Amino acid sequence: MAIRYLEQLLASFIGTAAFGVLFQVPRQTLVQCGLAGMAGWLLNYALMRLSVDLAIATWASAFLVALLAHGMAIRFKVPVTVFIVSGIIPLVPGGMAYDAMRKAVQNDYEAAVQLAAKAFMLSGAIAVGLVFSEVVQQIARSARARQNG
Amino acid sequence: MQHSTEVSGAVAQVCLLAGKIMLENGGETYRVEDTMARIAASFGIQSSHSFVTPTGILFSIEGAEPATRLVRISQRSTDLSKVALVNEISRRIGQGEMTVTEAYGQLAAASRAKPVYSVHWQVAAAAIASGCFLLMYQGRLADVPAAVVAGGTGYYVAATVGRLLSIKFFAELLASFVIGLLSFLSVRSGFGRDLDLIMIGSVMPLVPGLLITNAVRDLMAGHLVSGISKGAEALLTAFAIGAGVALVLTLN
Repeated sequence: MAIRYLEQLLASFIGTAAFGVLFQVPRQTLVQCGLAGMAGWLLNYALMRLSVDLAIATWASAFLVALLAHGMAIRFKVPVTVFIVSGIIPLVPGGMAYDAMRKAVQNDYEAAVQLAAKAFMLSGAIAVGLVFSEVVQQIARSARARQNG
Repeated sequence: MQHSTEVSGAVAQVCLLAGKIMLENGGETYRVEDTMARIAASFGIQSSHSFVTPTGILFSIEGAEPATRLVRISQRSTDLSKVALVNEISRRIGQGEMTVTEAYGQLAAASRAKPVYSVHWQVAAAAIASGCFLLMYQGRLADVPAAVVAGGTGYYVAATVGRLLSIKFFAELLASFVIGLLSFLSVRSGFGRDLDLIMIGSVMPLVPGLLITNAVRDLMAGHLVSGISKGAEALLTAFAIGAGVALVLTLN
């Protein structure tokens, strides 16, 4: 169990940092990108193990990634996209989209449509997670502005 | 500050160069517009308008000396370091540390800057990422080498073909076909075991993650034209990847 988590921890950290290289993120943010991806994936993995619905788990993880990304973007003075793009990569439902494609090739259109709809739902969950974090940021910003002003 | 038509023309040029670099390297539409408006404002031009789409930027300055410029974006890639660099330059311009000419020079240098990681590093990163994603999709440790080989080769194919041909989706199609073929052969020869997981892990580096994220963020910010066209690009890329994999699956 602990080994399983450790394996996932390492795989998501290294995998996300490698994606950072593909996206040409600034060198000094590579580790932080890996951490964002690791945090998101770990939450997703833990929630999946607790048999939480996958869409909700994805939403929560994307929300966490975006919150972390906003914090790090302010801290390191780098556009927030750098961290968000790398961080949500582990959450992208690549496996499900692939399964949908495979079923379509095997002429099993019913299963293909089901899987594709699910993959679409998960992408939507990522999007909504990002929107939620944006909303939180805006509320925090306007609250701070009111305090100062 | 006295404005002549020349000055507003020069400012417009600086703004457009900044916007062009950002857009070509994977910046979001709202960030491009925001940056251009900020740069214009820090050079004393309070009222400017911009229309940014993934294929071109239209920028105009209002007032006594109006100026309008258009720039076409023909090639787009992902280099977030450059986006960060332009962000940094625009921040310094905002602090009043630069003249218009200096700003233009710095931006021109930024646009010529070499990528932080060379193609070799990227291929290595793609190979490593493939192995890691195989594990994250609950694959076996024994399948990691097959995914590393297939993923690295696939990314190399995509990068090379993408550079040689200007047909965008063909590179992804060919790369995912190569990945599928390599995975298929590795399973046939007993080098790998789980064909599905090896293929999923290896195509992950080709997945248009940046496009999807930016499409969503653009739509959220109300940039409907950009959001939808980026979404369409992402969808077509995903479709090309799927078609390449599907070709191999029909062999099975």
